[in-house]
Amino acid sequence: MIAIENVHKQFGALHVLNGVDLTVQKGEVLSMIGGSGSGKSTMLMCINGLEGIQQGRITVDGVEVHSKNTDLNKLRRRIGIVFQQWNAFPHLTVLENVTLALRKVLRKSKEEAEAIAVEQLSHVGLREKLSVFPSRLSGGQQQRMAIARALAMSPDYMLFDEVTSALDPQLVGEVLDTLRMLSKEGMTMIVVTHEMRFAREVSDRIAFFYKGQIHEIGKPDQIFDNPTKQETASFVRSVL
Amino acid sequence: MYFGGSFTWGDFQFLLYGAATTIAITLVSVLIGTCLGVVFGLIRSGSPWWISNALGAVLDVFRSVPLLIQLVLFNSFNSILKLNWPTFAVGCLCLGIYASAFCTEIVRSGVGAVPLTTRRAARSLGLSWLQELTSITLPIATRVVFPSWIGLTLGVMKDTALVLWIGIVELLRSSQIVTSRVQEPLLILCITGLIYFFMSFPIARLGNQLEKKWGMQ
Repeated sequence: MIAIENVHKQFGALHVLNGVDLTVQKGEVLSMIGGSGSGKSTMLMCINGLEGIQQGRITVDGVEVHSKNTDLNKLRRRIGIVFQQWNAFPHLTVLENVTLALRKVLRKSKEEAEAIAVEQLSHVGLREKLSVFPSRLSGGQQQRMAIARALAMSPDYMLFDEVTSALDPQLVGEVLDTLRMLSKEGMTMIVVTHEMRFAREVSDRIAFFYKGQIHEIGKPDQIFDNPTKQETASFVRSVL
Repeated sequence: MYFGGSFTWGDFQFLLYGAATTIAITLVSVLIGTCLGVVFGLIRSGSPWWISNALGAVLDVFRSVPLLIQLVLFNSFNSILKLNWPTFAVGCLCLGIYASAFCTEIVRSGVGAVPLTTRRAARSLGLSWLQELTSITLPIATRVVFPSWIGLTLGVMKDTALVLWIGIVELLRSSQIVTSRVQEPLLILCITGLIYFFMSFPIARLGNQLEKKWGMQ
């Protein structure tokens, strides 16, 4: 379970997160929607400690993320994250991109790491690209590689930060299909997205971010068809 | 003999001996310069501005003052303070620090070329700061700045000629000695130039080969 309690985060004078409360249960798919600058992406970065917070508490299965006693490197193995910029390691082949953390962090043998990597890469449809460098892949393929790289660590949670925003429109589908597949397999996911139809289809709950807070949260049908807040209604109208 | 009757095989061997000294000074000072440069470059790119700027200011002195002045001053300190270091060590250390000042900025620009999001992606997989540095940032940065580093190495090789002023007999000094005896300055300068060329050329070629191999394509 990921528990977020009254989290505040500031960049200088800018109050990005302004008291966020949220819990995400094991097996749940939660989508975060909202305008740019509403704090969704920053919230994700805080969950695995890539960003610090000024106030409040985030715990992942009872482990407090921003406590000085927490071994962040250990915690991060259990929380996969995929970014908007797919962030391939350009000097490593597709296979090596995936085996790197398996070998360095989980200390697996070369054979074991490669077996896991091949399995994960096949899962996202990149079985044929193992020895290719990322620069030879399309954006969609690089993004799927990044997903396989995160999945290879067998995380308990996956965070997706606008993973289709930087892709050409015709490549969005293949990445969303990969996410659909994961949600069907029961992966716990928090998905920051602008793909509303996709969010509606896969999510158990939708959180609407507005001015650094969760303005409204609920089942997809409620958020999209019967929002209780005026800002939610106007945001949903503007994007559908 | 062949060249104008007075330039002998022995003279040529003497030049080659000087060339060996040039290579030795180049190797040692590039090694010193690169090691210090990597450390300073990482400090410059990853520490609070006041540390970074203070280090940058000190290194600017070494980049801005002509190497010849640094060599002579350094050598004088060596005598005044009675350190009694061999001139070879003085020359290498001085050139090494000089090269490190340039290498620092090369390393800094290389680290700066690695996108922050790529580094974050690595950390998010659970890699520690050091693991991320050695398996992501440094390998990518090395590929980016390698041509500049080869340029620095070739530059240092030619700058070694200045150590003759503190009494080290390297290639250029050897050629002066031979010239003063043989009295064929143009011929000997041409031969010396060719030797420099044949020392530099393989380094440049090696650079090209590695760049191709690392194509990242």
